[in-house]
Amino acid sequence: MTEFLQQLLNGVLLGAIYALIALGYTMVYGVLRFINFAHSDVFMLGAFVAWVSVEKLGLPTRSLLGGLGALLAAMSVCAALGVVIERLAYRPLRRRSTLTVLITAIGVSLLIQNVAQSPRLGFGPNPRAFPELFPSSQLHVGGLTVSTHQLGVLAVALVLLAVLYWIVHRTRIGTAMRALSFNATAASLVGIDNDRVISFTFGLGSALAGAGGVLYAMNYPSIDPLMGTLPGLKAFVAAVLGGIGNLPGAALGGLVIGLVETFVSGTRLSTFRDAIAFGILIAILLFRPAGLLGKPKVEKV
Amino acid sequence: MAFPKAQRWLLAALLLSGGASALSGSIDPYFLDVVMGVGVGIVLASSLNLINGFTGQFSLGHAGFMAVGAYTSAMLSTVVAPRTGLGPVALQWVFFPASLVAGGAVAALAGLAVGAPSLRLKGDYLAIVTLGFGEIIRVVLQNVDAVGGARGLTGVPAHTNLLWTFGTASLTVYTVWALLESTRGRGFLAVADDEVAAEAMGLDTTRYKITAFGIGSFFAGVAGGLYAHLKGYLNPGGFSFDKSIEIVVMVILGGMGRHAGVVFAAILLTLLPEGLRELGSRSIPNPFGGPAWSLDWIKDARMILYSLLLILLMLLRPEGLFHRRPSRMPSS
Repeated sequence: MTEFLQQLLNGVLLGAIYALIALGYTMVYGVLRFINFAHSDVFMLGAFVAWVSVEKLGLPTRSLLGGLGALLAAMSVCAALGVVIERLAYRPLRRRSTLTVLITAIGVSLLIQNVAQSPRLGFGPNPRAFPELFPSSQLHVGGLTVSTHQLGVLAVALVLLAVLYWIVHRTRIGTAMRALSFNATAASLVGIDNDRVISFTFGLGSALAGAGGVLYAMNYPSIDPLMGTLPGLKAFVAAVLGGIGNLPGAALGGLVIGLVETFVSGTRLSTFRDAIAFGILIAILLFRPAGLLGKPKVEKV
Repeated sequence: MAFPKAQRWLLAALLLSGGASALSGSIDPYFLDVVMGVGVGIVLASSLNLINGFTGQFSLGHAGFMAVGAYTSAMLSTVVAPRTGLGPVALQWVFFPASLVAGGAVAALAGLAVGAPSLRLKGDYLAIVTLGFGEIIRVVLQNVDAVGGARGLTGVPAHTNLLWTFGTASLTVYTVWALLESTRGRGFLAVADDEVAAEAMGLDTTRYKITAFGIGSFFAGVAGGLYAHLKGYLNPGGFSFDKSIEIVVMVILGGMGRHAGVVFAAILLTLLPEGLRELGSRSIPNPFGGPAWSLDWIKDARMILYSLLLILLMLLRPEGLFHRRPSRMPSS
């Protein structure tokens, strides 16, 4: 029973991180109807920005302020990067076919990975140890072992989800985002500046991915330029599982994927855990392509 | 694009590769290796062209099907072949082609298994499912000890020669071409042009998509077999997402749905890394005196240039380098 609860906790933690990344995929899909492949690399850069701000710029480790500073640095750099990527690579393609945009997104993803892997321009291909951002100690509750790191990850993830909910449902720009994803043409007819909203969406999604990167690195403290690929793909699966374009769906999907993966890791099938998410994806596309919370769409001719 | 005597071209290509193969003993082994790599690249690109270019379905898992074929034929050659008691000649000229076909067949089955459920979905989703499938294949191969697991499979006999590679390459290009020129084959283009209209005209679009997927996967599997018997060593990491992307770039660069363009792009993109590697190991004499300028950075920048090329191509010339007709990409 204790082990079950322990795994449950680990699963929820991993799920919260997947949820943060999945929200970025789903928001971009909501406004632009395409899969932003570069999202997983923004996630990776988030971890690296935190690493740089601690190792190179001298933010203190194991301190609350230093940790929050690194987190904020990662989020703002990633937000800026997301806006720049959208402006340079995706905006010129606004009226082109989905396929063109998809291929461009793959190109951007490869570009970020390769620049990051280059020893001259980026960080080099070798994994690096991620510092301890926050003060850590182990708490024992009942039979469970919880580190303050894990609680921090959970707290940050919950706060960010709450802030996101507030932005999307209680602010002007959030309303504009929802209007745009509902009907882009109608939104521009009522005076919404679509380009501005899309920029904002990219910034917001990338900030969440950056935060996700930092939290992920706190949980698995070894970072490398290709670390984004697998969590990114799983988060995408989470977004599809919940119903792509649907924000609560992405959060739910992230949680499910995180839990399933953690429980599979505890069994004999643990080496297959990376394949599980894709198995779920294929199953969901077969039986409920609109996702758990999505509404099936009818294509009009 | 229609040669009136396509069969003659095919025959000429087969004879030429046979002739070149007979002379291969006097060719520099490194050069030979690169040239055969080009042949494998042509098979991969042409087969993916049938799926991505002509039928308009976006697959990101071609390397996965290649891996299925590669491991199947390599296992046949390393485990089954020694027990058949065949001589070296029979092994290379009878058993090896049979193992290539077997590898292709298993890959085609895998293609059908993936394609049948997922081809009902549109564009983006299909891309993700095929990508996911490619990853599953890789994870499974890494975990099955019988095929070497993460250490890889070694000791695959070097049966691949110029005749097999370029013979297969010519057959692939010919098959894809002949298929599309046939009456039924026009349906593939119709599916790519406008799926709804094609369906309204009474075409079974899902069936066409699955057929394209099966045939494309078959040739990817054969290419995998050639690759296995060319390198003599297989590693699950060699069939990653990056490999799939490489094949996709060949198809895009060649202009989705162009036969010759894609072949040319496959040649170009297989030679380019080799050329850049060669260039990177040289240095330019410094005109101002002092130490020579090393071109070492090119090795580093190779993949960066590659990805920039992909982005710029999409921004400036999404129809590919060798495209003359209006774009055939679906416009949804």
